[in-house]
Amino acid sequence: MSDPLFKVVDLTIGWGETVVQKGATFEIERGSIFAILGSSGCGKSTMLRYLVGLERPLRGSITIDGLAPNQGIPGRPLFGVMFQSGALLGSLTVGENVALPLRAWSGLPPDAIGGIVAAKLRLVGLQRAEDQMPSELSGGMCKRAGIARAMALEPDLLFLDEPSAGLDPVSAVELDELILDLNEQLGLTFVVVTHDLESIFKIGKSCIMLDRESKSIIARGDPRVLRDTNTDPRVHSFFNRTPQAVKS
Amino acid sequence: MPPAFAIEQVQTSADQREIRIRGSLRFAEAAPLWTELRRLETSASRGQTLNFEMSAVQRIDGGAMALLACVRGELQRRGVKSEFVAADAHVQRIIHLYGGDHAVARLKRRRPLRTLDQLGRATISILHEVKLVLAFFGQMVVSALGVLRSPRSANWRELPATMERSGADALPIIILINFLVGLAMAFQTAAQLKQLGANILVADLIGISICRELGPLMTAIVVCGRSGAAFAAELGFMQVNEEIDALRTMGFGPMRYLVLPRALALIIVVPLLALLADVAGVLGGLVVGVTNLDLTARGYLSQTARVVSLWDISSGIVKSVVFAFAVALIACQQGLATSGGAEGVGRRTTSTVVITMFTLILLDAVITILFQVAGL
Repeated sequence: MSDPLFKVVDLTIGWGETVVQKGATFEIERGSIFAILGSSGCGKSTMLRYLVGLERPLRGSITIDGLAPNQGIPGRPLFGVMFQSGALLGSLTVGENVALPLRAWSGLPPDAIGGIVAAKLRLVGLQRAEDQMPSELSGGMCKRAGIARAMALEPDLLFLDEPSAGLDPVSAVELDELILDLNEQLGLTFVVVTHDLESIFKIGKSCIMLDRESKSIIARGDPRVLRDTNTDPRVHSFFNRTPQAVKS
Repeated sequence: MPPAFAIEQVQTSADQREIRIRGSLRFAEAAPLWTELRRLETSASRGQTLNFEMSAVQRIDGGAMALLACVRGELQRRGVKSEFVAADAHVQRIIHLYGGDHAVARLKRRRPLRTLDQLGRATISILHEVKLVLAFFGQMVVSALGVLRSPRSANWRELPATMERSGADALPIIILINFLVGLAMAFQTAAQLKQLGANILVADLIGISICRELGPLMTAIVVCGRSGAAFAAELGFMQVNEEIDALRTMGFGPMRYLVLPRALALIIVVPLLALLADVAGVLGGLVVGVTNLDLTARGYLSQTARVVSLWDISSGIVKSVVFAFAVALIACQQGLATSGGAEGVGRRTTSTVVITMFTLILLDAVITILFQVAGL
């Protein structure tokens, strides 16, 4: 990897005596779309909470451009995060949600913030939803608004938790297209937690696969290559949608 | 450190000018970029052309592009022709991504509602809420009749726990509040009664007003604040979290499973609480009678027993049954009508308390008048 933006070394996550994943080490290249994969319950979303600094790891280190997630410019986030449901604040309009980080951290006057909000919402196809409340949006629209809010401060790195979960196929494809566009045109780096194979093969440039039983990374690389060449039955079963043989 | 970009305005013909941008435009330098763009943009007037000449832009990120697109939009809305020109392929892609090469839509400004419109909407909304509460009442009655026919179809397992939460747990606060109400009322009247030499009448006043009116009402208000708000928040969260839908898909009607046990729990515990509230209120009056009005405890209590009739107490109990039903009805209806996430739960919980308080006072007045008319 020529230019790692994100480095994880020997990461062990969990709480108390419970270990969810242990000894995870990986790097994410600048400008890539990196997928964290695995079957339900393997700790993908938990891993994301540690990567974005919401939880303190049991062991290991996480660095973004050499800085730990909570050691950046005080308070100002180093990256954007879109949560699974969008996690828009229900008491604010969609526009106000996107404006929230800009008001806090950009130092721009309200008219400039209004302009950026309109542009970001347009970018995610929500130009008409600026004055709507999150409760008036569909699941896909909430996710798009979540991406617009995550992008508000123009971060180089965006974390997306299950972007296509719960979306209809058309909305899911549109969201994939949007992620590809933002990656290719603006050079944004994406870390995507998902188990949607169609989406993984379309947008994922590299990936790691987590396993619940061994609590470790069991595969890494290009998802298409892993699908076609990996011989580990767990990996093969996941990528080819085949049931795993019952252990004797 | 000087910015990584430079902007200048060049007159290219009589009514055509260009904003020439050079260097790298980054969101980190959004503030000086915005100031500079605003300065140049205000100088253009309707009918003129003010293009953005982008050939010397080496790099632009999304935030900076958003600002440029915003300024172009402003210009076009003011009747100034404005386009991004001469951008290289990479920059052009970002311009396209941010809609910089699209026609600018006219902004539709929302007209603020006039006072009369707001009043009308609020009235319609209140009437709609009343209609929903009445419809819910109808459903409750139908469900209750169904449960009478088939008692095992309701979720009685929740009943004891709900009675404990709404009754036993509320007891200390209800006793304290009613004791203080009796105490304060007796203090307020003590001076006047002393002047008239009618000290013993404090027992009549406190006994009748607490048993007929204040005991049941104060109890219902506390139950509304505690249990009503809790019911609304609990059911509201369940609704938002799709738990109610899940129950429905599993064949449990929310009415029989959630609403009726709560309503029955309140109908059982609130009259009992009201009885204890009556005792606490009378004791509050007794303290003032003994300490301020030179009465003996025996004299105060025997006067109370003489004037407070069984009907005074039972009319308060009848009221408290109606109040309990009203609290349960409104709280459960509001909770099940919740939508829109955490904010929706908060809104419904607030409206539960407000609507129930108003309803309790209204019902109290109506029942009191009905009793008077009936000569009770």
